[in-house]
Amino acid sequence: MAQVLREVEESPTAQAVERVSVGVLASVGRKVSDILEYAGGLTLLMWETVKTIFRLRIRFAETLNQCYLLGYQSLIIVLLTSLFTGMVFSLESAVQAVQYGFGSFVGGIVSYTVVRELGPMLSAVVVAGRACAAIAAELGSMEVTEQIEALKSLGLAPVRFLVVPRLLALMIMLPLLTIFADVIGVYGGQWIAHAQAHIGTQDFMASARQTVGFEDVVKGLFKAIVFAIVIVMIGSYQGLTTKGGAAGVGKSATSAVVTCIILIFILNFIMSYFLYAGA
Amino acid sequence: MAEPIARLDDVSVRFGERVVLQNCSLEVPEGAITCIIGLSGAGKSTILRLLDGLLRPDGGHVYLRENDICHMRESQLIEMRTKIGFAFQFAALFDSMTVGENVSLPLREHTTLSEKEIYDIVMHTLESVGLAHTYDNMPSELSGGMLKRAGFARAVVTNPELVLYDEPTTGVDPIVTHLLTDTIKRLRKQLNATAVVISHDLQSIYMMADYVAMLFEGAIIANGTVEEVRKSNNPIVQQFLQGSEVGPIPL
Repeated sequence: MAQVLREVEESPTAQAVERVSVGVLASVGRKVSDILEYAGGLTLLMWETVKTIFRLRIRFAETLNQCYLLGYQSLIIVLLTSLFTGMVFSLESAVQAVQYGFGSFVGGIVSYTVVRELGPMLSAVVVAGRACAAIAAELGSMEVTEQIEALKSLGLAPVRFLVVPRLLALMIMLPLLTIFADVIGVYGGQWIAHAQAHIGTQDFMASARQTVGFEDVVKGLFKAIVFAIVIVMIGSYQGLTTKGGAAGVGKSATSAVVTCIILIFILNFIMSYFLYAGA
Repeated sequence: MAEPIARLDDVSVRFGERVVLQNCSLEVPEGAITCIIGLSGAGKSTILRLLDGLLRPDGGHVYLRENDICHMRESQLIEMRTKIGFAFQFAALFDSMTVGENVSLPLREHTTLSEKEIYDIVMHTLESVGLAHTYDNMPSELSGGMLKRAGFARAVVTNPELVLYDEPTTGVDPIVTHLLTDTIKRLRKQLNATAVVISHDLQSIYMMADYVAMLFEGAIIANGTVEEVRKSNNPIVQQFLQGSEVGPIPL
């Protein structure tokens, strides 16, 4: 029996199976280790950032500059995205709603969805595509050209110098962009509802006011703040851990945007689940 | 040899599987220029990063005066780095700032000097490296040699005790090499500071070095004055200094 088992173990097929199994296990192990390393590194960066903010070691001029670069320069694309999303949402719902006799609810449906979900999430996704990539590419380029090491060698902490201004700027600007997105999304929806389904402006707005409360707007803005943190921290972490020259910078920027957008969708679900539970 | 300002004591560094430094010890004499030579990838720049606390060793100790850098917290390292200047191989100037802003940055962040005082110090430092006219230029507008000199200016503007130069003469023509070498010598005298220079350029090393240390396979195999190292009996040192393909160094 032992002889047979030994022969089976030593057969080329058994050895090939063993090699593949070890390879798969090693690959899974590497992936898990990479994910844990990423999560650990990100947590440390966040901790360092929070400590710096609470010590009030803030560069106000640079924060204002980043408000302009990350926030103001994203305004047009956020407005366009939100306008057309509100319009298409209204286009799909208004005509059907009138046909089934509940056209007076269209304003509520459109504004409810825009303020609670689409406004914060679409603004975050659009800003992630622009700002997260920009942060990762800028910091990544600084990393590969030794500028981050130069900062450290001058006795300056990269977190205070680079991460904190971007984080504070986007925590201010993304909620503002979300407010603009909410307003223009609702008005875009109202315009299409009027043009396509002949729903009056006053009816649309009355329905919107009846359905959407101040609390919904605040919760949407809370989401925006969380998304701002995700965008800046992922972009910064990817940038500061860039390796391998120009190719590495491109990889960091792409990876930052992909990770960021996936996290925005996941966190949006989780926050909606808890914030609007029972609502 | 003068008293050491900095010291590597039995230091080991590895990047993954690759051993870069193995039980490496080195003393940096105060008030002198020490050049570290060695093959590409031998770990010379790693020594500079260890001295500046940018890298922690896997084993051994790194001392600045009597303070062990390896056990310092980040806040202590930041404080320590204000006493050390670091001129990077490709200058590493911040490309979103002008040359003047780059050089004035450490003064703005670490001192309470007025804008006028900062401007005067920065102009004086830029003058000493021959770049006073580039105060308002962006780094992208400078040539390779000018960038390196601007990097020198940023490294020395706070009057550091120790200045680290990472391959200051790599990638520039012989005239600029001469100019940079001369600048390093002049800055050392002006600041009365200690300098550690990584270089492959033997002519420039002979011009400026007080002491030379050769790094090979993770350890210092020769250390002394320029003459002592030139006369070394070590065949590896001789092969390196002669630039010969024939000898014990594996190619």
